[in-house]
Amino acid sequence: MSVRRLAADQPEGFAFTPENLDWAKGEIKKYPEGRQASAVLSLLWRAQEQNGGWISEPALRYVADMLDMPYIRVYEIVTFYTMFNLSPVGRYYVQVCGTTPCMLSGAEDIKAACRKHIGPKDTVSEDGLFSWTEVECLGACVNAPMAQINKYYYEDLTPENFETLLDKLRNGEPVEPGPQDGRQTSAPLGGPTTLTDPALYAKDKSGPEPGSAGTSDETAKTRSR
Amino acid sequence: MLADKDRIFTNLYGLHSWRLPAARTRGAWDGAKAMIAKGHEAVIDEVKASGLRGRGGAGFPTGLKWSFMPKDDSRPSYLAVNADESEPGTCKDREILRHDPHLLIEGSLLAAFAMRAHTAYVYIRGEFIAEREILQAAIDEAYDAKLVGKNNVNGWDFDIYVHHGAGAYICGEETALLESLEGKKGQPRLKPPFPANCGVWGAPTTVNNVETLASVPDIMRRGATWYASLGRPGNTGTKLYCLSGHVNTPCTVEEEMGIPLRELIDTYGGGVRGGWDNLLAVIPGGSSVPCLPASLCDTVLMDYDSLKAVDTALGTAGVIVMDKSTDIVRAIARISYFYKHESCGQCTPCREGTGWMWRVLERMADGNAEKAEIDMLLDVSNQVEGHTICALGDAAAWPVQGLIRHFSHVIEERIEAKATEPISPSVPVAAE
Repeated sequence: MSVRRLAADQPEGFAFTPENLDWAKGEIKKYPEGRQASAVLSLLWRAQEQNGGWISEPALRYVADMLDMPYIRVYEIVTFYTMFNLSPVGRYYVQVCGTTPCMLSGAEDIKAACRKHIGPKDTVSEDGLFSWTEVECLGACVNAPMAQINKYYYEDLTPENFETLLDKLRNGEPVEPGPQDGRQTSAPLGGPTTLTDPALYAKDKSGPEPGSAGTSDETAKTRSR
Repeated sequence: MLADKDRIFTNLYGLHSWRLPAARTRGAWDGAKAMIAKGHEAVIDEVKASGLRGRGGAGFPTGLKWSFMPKDDSRPSYLAVNADESEPGTCKDREILRHDPHLLIEGSLLAAFAMRAHTAYVYIRGEFIAEREILQAAIDEAYDAKLVGKNNVNGWDFDIYVHHGAGAYICGEETALLESLEGKKGQPRLKPPFPANCGVWGAPTTVNNVETLASVPDIMRRGATWYASLGRPGNTGTKLYCLSGHVNTPCTVEEEMGIPLRELIDTYGGGVRGGWDNLLAVIPGGSSVPCLPASLCDTVLMDYDSLKAVDTALGTAGVIVMDKSTDIVRAIARISYFYKHESCGQCTPCREGTGWMWRVLERMADGNAEKAEIDMLLDVSNQVEGHTICALGDAAAWPVQGLIRHFSHVIEERIEAKATEPISPSVPVAAE
């Protein structure tokens, strides 16, 4: 458990953009009649994206009203689920995994690099570009250490390639999610030692699908049926 | 060693496209209609005969679990796919979600058919945004090709929806997952009633892990005999192992159940950093299982029963390797912090105990403790274990127990090194 409270300074109001409103109605339709509350996590997440990376109290109330839920239920949810930021974050929100497999592989050095290049944990840098925090296991342990920056994972970090990454973001240059050392996803460094039998792919002439680790296009919205 | 032809996850590393046409050339969706034509019981019987056990950590026989679903019930039945992979050391389901999503969709259809369910929800962890985008796109492809949906070509009406979490480890626990799916805090439910009788929205529900479901189509295609011929009796089939920590080449790999731990590390992990003699300990099944000292790692096999025999567990097969440079007390203290952070706060022994164990371990890592506290810590861990609604309490207690079982001498040495003046016995402090 961790203590989580709404921010002291709150904006006036919140409403979904027409595009997000349409999307939200589609989300609600995934669930049986009368079970619209099930859409609360995805609606809150979209509200957070629209709101620049954090959930304000008006946004919380807006989602609660839309789903016909008591405010306290949604308040419980935003304080329980740690992906909801309750105060503003930087334009680039860096979440460094600090759990044991990453810690064994050098996460402490990545945290130190964050302190050096961004500033204290959970504080937005003066230019508003960056903030960072330590999170619990992000589930990319064989590519440790790693960090999630906004939507996507950046893996196999070293203080050097991480610094390069931050510089590129600072200068508005494109960055590529996934392993930062040229490795093929979760295969061993140097190339796969299994799945090398060409007979498996006799009919499969496809290559790697571009953008499988996410795209650097920040405006790309999550696809939803 | 497993031959390439016996591997299920042929696009594990994303060297090929995950999209439908490419997935089909690798075998996905081949003969799904014929499998369904065999009938509900035939699918369950085939999965039972294969010996497939749940790959999410608990290892419950999958076919048996499916057979608990009611056969004649006025309520709709649901399949919930547990893609809330968050166990430290584990990153296997992620590879299926982003590189072989069609195996999961096909497996979900077969499982739903076996259990007479027409709807599935894939509960994917919130942080897996790229994986969620790919899974959704793959589901869209399956709808467009009429492989799923109403009146699909496979002959069983089936809707599959993606539902995402928002950063709570506990939602990987099956009843917490159901609570979260209903739009609540993910706090586990008491069992009974079991989800097969009363799951999401009070309807019969079965929760299965991604790897379990994605294995089913190949079991049906190649036959239970093939699957059961791999591994050992009671521990059959293939498994995705994740090697992390101090190995030369960390990776995820599909291997036979029961592969020796040492062979796994040496063959795929490129060996322990600094050589096998530099090995200190291995956590064989994700952070919640007790660690093994190097002396036990020479011979142990990676399957449910072999690891149980050395007082640990296969769990999710997330193998965390630690060499002799590791501060084992601090490594386990970090795991304790994880459980303190992820406790849902519902049961007092877990809410208070996880924080208490973490604070004591942090002091022990500094040597700032008394030797009597080692026994006290073990005692407290025993009071957390088995005294909570869900298994998070157990998961928090086991790593601590493993540390004390195999490495209490390290804690003692550190206390001795630090011993300058006596410290007053610790006063338990309330959780923050």
